[in-house]
Amino acid sequence: MTTTAPEKKATRPGVAVAARLFGGGSATVFALLVLVFVAILFLNPSFFEPPSLMAFAKKAAPLVVLAVGQYLVIVCGELDLSVGSLVGAQVVIAAAVIDGQESRTVPVLLLMLAFGVLVGLVNGLVVTVLKVHSLIATLGMMLVLYGAIRLWTGGAPTGALSEGFRQVGREGIDMPVLRQLPWALLVAAAVVVVAVVFMRKPFGRTLVAAGDNEKAAAFAGVRVWWVRTIAFVLSSVLATLAGVLIGGYAGVTAQVGEGLEFTAITAVVLGGVVLGGGRGTVLAAMAGALTVEALFTLFNQLSLPSTIRPTVQGLIIVAAVAWAARERRRPFLPQS
Amino acid sequence: MRRTRVLVAGLAAAALTLTACATDTPTDQPPGGGGETEQEQSSDGEWFVQAEYDKQLAQREQEPQGPADQPWLQMIQPELVDTAEFKQDGKTLCFSNASVSNPWRVTGFITMQQQVEVLKQAGEISDFRVSDAGDDDNQQISDIQAFVDAGDCNAIIISPSTTATLTPAVETACESGVPVIVFDRGVNTDCMVTFIHPIGGYAYGADAAEFLVEKLEPGSKVLALRILPGVDVLEHRWAAAQQIFGDSDLEVLGDEFTGGDGAKIKDIVTQYLQRGDVDGIWMDAGDGAVAAVEAFEDSGKDLPVFAGEDELSFMRKWKDTGMTAIAPVYSNFQWRTPILAAVKIWKGEQVPSEWVLPQEPITDADRDEYLERNKDMPSLHYAKFGGEDLPGFPNAWKDR
Repeated sequence: MTTTAPEKKATRPGVAVAARLFGGGSATVFALLVLVFVAILFLNPSFFEPPSLMAFAKKAAPLVVLAVGQYLVIVCGELDLSVGSLVGAQVVIAAAVIDGQESRTVPVLLLMLAFGVLVGLVNGLVVTVLKVHSLIATLGMMLVLYGAIRLWTGGAPTGALSEGFRQVGREGIDMPVLRQLPWALLVAAAVVVVAVVFMRKPFGRTLVAAGDNEKAAAFAGVRVWWVRTIAFVLSSVLATLAGVLIGGYAGVTAQVGEGLEFTAITAVVLGGVVLGGGRGTVLAAMAGALTVEALFTLFNQLSLPSTIRPTVQGLIIVAAVAWAARERRRPFLPQS
Repeated sequence: MRRTRVLVAGLAAAALTLTACATDTPTDQPPGGGGETEQEQSSDGEWFVQAEYDKQLAQREQEPQGPADQPWLQMIQPELVDTAEFKQDGKTLCFSNASVSNPWRVTGFITMQQQVEVLKQAGEISDFRVSDAGDDDNQQISDIQAFVDAGDCNAIIISPSTTATLTPAVETACESGVPVIVFDRGVNTDCMVTFIHPIGGYAYGADAAEFLVEKLEPGSKVLALRILPGVDVLEHRWAAAQQIFGDSDLEVLGDEFTGGDGAKIKDIVTQYLQRGDVDGIWMDAGDGAVAAVEAFEDSGKDLPVFAGEDELSFMRKWKDTGMTAIAPVYSNFQWRTPILAAVKIWKGEQVPSEWVLPQEPITDADRDEYLERNKDMPSLHYAKFGGEDLPGFPNAWKDR
């Protein structure tokens, strides 16, 4: 299975890194991504005009951010189902508190960050201290957030986001050729770069170790509960960031954030990151997110009837993950 | 041990992921109900019944009877029935609600509660009991059963969650002898005293489509944005639009399901714009209409001719941009009518067996008037909510 690596990877030096990437069953997602892009190219060459690509990047950015967050949780052996609800909650809170007033933008962003940290901390501690399986703990959080927001707003969001708040998700730097370099793209790229660096630091490696073999990691002196709690906090903070991007992109609707947790998990799994932890890379998770978004675009270009899209999407995902599992060689194991 | 856990987690996640891809549950049901009782799908699998379509289109032209400044009391082609048998002194009103899961229903339910408040003060209603089924048919069936079993409801109002499944429950309520009032979506029985609804989905879809046909040059391209498939009210709106587009010279580029999600709407519209011009947008419900308009703005394209809904966020955008648009209305004020009907029935006054309320779109001519009336209202509020004369206005709707 060979594949031309996307440009993004070129920024990272070293063949060893690439080999490591492909060793983790991640090749499939890059191949699939290229395949989907080629298919789109044949259907609609204008998609590859710079402004169109930038529009795609703007749309895909929130999912990339979410996928990175979900990756951090999955790689240490857990799941976070609360991110979709959290995105929705954050956007609704922001709209209600800002209520269209520009001056409140920054304080509200800080409030959202604090709320995100709090949610992540609760998720993490319920999983690690109370020993509730993360599937249940975060499912509970998802429902709590969903219900609490509806209770608070009486069922439908109120208020409005300020122009300043929407800037990041909607606007960009105007320039020739691209027409506009979206802020969202820069944010997503920064998140990915930071995450890649982070995963190569000791803490990132302990995260993977905790997911790969909890006991061995504990014997090696890793405070597993702490590492996992941090992963949940990071996931919630990134979901908050994704909320800022999505709210900026499309404003407030009653449905904002719905189902995003599954799209994010799909993206990560598609990237060859193994549920249960211990395997997979951030870049592959990012590629997974891009692939999911590219698939949506492809379906659109194909004018596939909306009703059959979920089925096709499901088949492609299962096939891709099965293929990646077949291809998987010895995974990259830290400290071994 | 670990292997098992991983396996279970994996399987669960896979199952969840796949179900997440499946069609959404009624949680994001349309901000509308269903006016239509009979038939769901005709034999050829299309959601179109010519007779009902013709009837609704004709009803748009008819002058409704009743006070013009109180559209929630107006009626089109009423066949009044006698209610003397239900005349009574009891004043306990019970309401089985399908849900308050979208802004349209939230707005309506507030109006309903405010109407009840007025009648409580006047001593016409003593107790108002509400059960909310959260879009769950089974829950609503047991809610209705609970009202019947309690035996102290003097009238039961039902806003059904779905048509066919709720029919037996409504029949049970009728058999218990209390007057039953159904509104919004219908059921397949006529045992209730009155069935209250605006003209219906065909009229809504036709209002929107006719506007596009009128305002656009022949050969123009129209994109249809829909919430989700398989819900009768929404399918009727689209079926009517297909009829009208089919007879016109407009080209329908496609119809896309969006779930009413702004991000998805913006993405889809942006993609259509990358492939070519879009001259008109038809929507089966206005949720997320603003995101569609923004897609044009952000792509640097001329704004399309637009058929949205009377949701305020859209109407405000319409005014700000000065675009050519119409706001079809699925009369939200219908939530007041069942309460008033119940009181009428208790007094033994006549009510129509099918209470068809007026359903008039908001156009350029009256847009500003409606925006002015609703100027303090939140953006996901519906302009024709019809509660301006209630004492709780505006705070009850403003601070929801």
